[in-house]
Amino acid sequence: MSKISMTVNGKAVTAEVEDRTLLVHLLRDHLNLTGTHVGCDTSQCGACIVHIDGRAVKSCTTLVGQANGANITTIEGISKGDELHPMQAAFRDNHGLQCGYCTPGMIMSAIDIVHRHGGDLDEETVRQELEGNICRCTGYHNIVKSVLDAASRMKVAQAAE
Amino acid sequence: MYSTNYHRPSSVEEAVALFGKGSDPKYLAGGHTLLPVMKQRLAGPSDVIDIAKIPGLIGVEASADALTIKAATTYYDIMHNADVKRTIPAIAHLTSVLGDPAVRYRGTIGGSVATNDPAADYPAAVLALNATVKTNKREIPADQFFKGLFMTALEDNEIITAISFPIPAKAGYAKMRNPASRFALTGVFVAKHKSGEIRVAATGASQNGVMRVGVIEEALKANWSASALDNVKVSDEGLMADIHGTSDYRANLIRVMAQRAVDAAG
Repeated sequence: MSKISMTVNGKAVTAEVEDRTLLVHLLRDHLNLTGTHVGCDTSQCGACIVHIDGRAVKSCTTLVGQANGANITTIEGISKGDELHPMQAAFRDNHGLQCGYCTPGMIMSAIDIVHRHGGDLDEETVRQELEGNICRCTGYHNIVKSVLDAASRMKVAQAAE
Repeated sequence: MYSTNYHRPSSVEEAVALFGKGSDPKYLAGGHTLLPVMKQRLAGPSDVIDIAKIPGLIGVEASADALTIKAATTYYDIMHNADVKRTIPAIAHLTSVLGDPAVRYRGTIGGSVATNDPAADYPAAVLALNATVKTNKREIPADQFFKGLFMTALEDNEIITAISFPIPAKAGYAKMRNPASRFALTGVFVAKHKSGEIRVAATGASQNGVMRVGVIEEALKANWSASALDNVKVSDEGLMADIHGTSDYRANLIRVMAQRAVDAAG
């Protein structure tokens, strides 16, 4: 057992957990943040992606110890109250989800993609960059559309700041 | 996953000391090989010693003759590093087609080379570029480092600290990716050294892990061009055969990937 301290969605969190606990299980089972999903559990599908210190990584392949002291953002932490994050809004407006299971991971990856590339994304780049996220509904067309839409919204928002 | 004890030492010395105290310890870097194996209960180390955040193991240094990448530098940091892109762009390219963006944030070059997965990308670069694997104990030339599937010259408690690549005259890498795992179905790294020596290494192909490809080296020594390989026949002896491709298919892929790598090298 180890005592873990980290910041999750802006709040300080401490927990006493077994060392073998994966970050995704800490989030889901101990902190009740069930928006982060376990899909394949083999680091291929990306349903479990969260941001650790701003980088989109697979929380099913991260021990809590590796994230000790880190700043974690999950799908629950990106909206401002009732106002959706531009990426969430774009997924809604472009019908970027069908069953929704992969969506939290898609959105956390997509935000990271926009942060890295800025607003000037093209379709090919988005498709390449989303290769670590799998959608079993094969809804990639609208997912890519959503990410491109959100990229331009985020660019406009950034320019306005 | 079996129960384990997690440690995060702040120096290589501390890591080695912790390793000495464990009954069945393992070093952990990015964790994208070890943790999946632990989750399947195929491995159950008593202790995992996380060396990924040791400051002395992170960073890139370039001189006129060599590019040195410290072992815990992540794929993401390697592919975006200005010195890597300037001195050996083939390594930046290799890294950019390895795994996916989330994996590249975590994976480390030292972890990949120490694991020596038969379909991993970095071993091909290490072997073709005739790199030196530096550890906390010694320096190991590439030709003596890889010992077959998941086997290396590393001793149990030995830690790779850096990998030093001689800067070649030309180098290129091309791979056919398995679309699901993104591992190399076959990948080939070609290097023309400043001495004139040609070294070619293939990954994902051999049953014994990364290997040099003599017939391709000879053909490129006579004529450094993709067309020089048009009629080269690579033997399929000892090559892997699975649902993704027969050994004969992989033998041909070695030739085709070598041609693409030469084209990329220029």
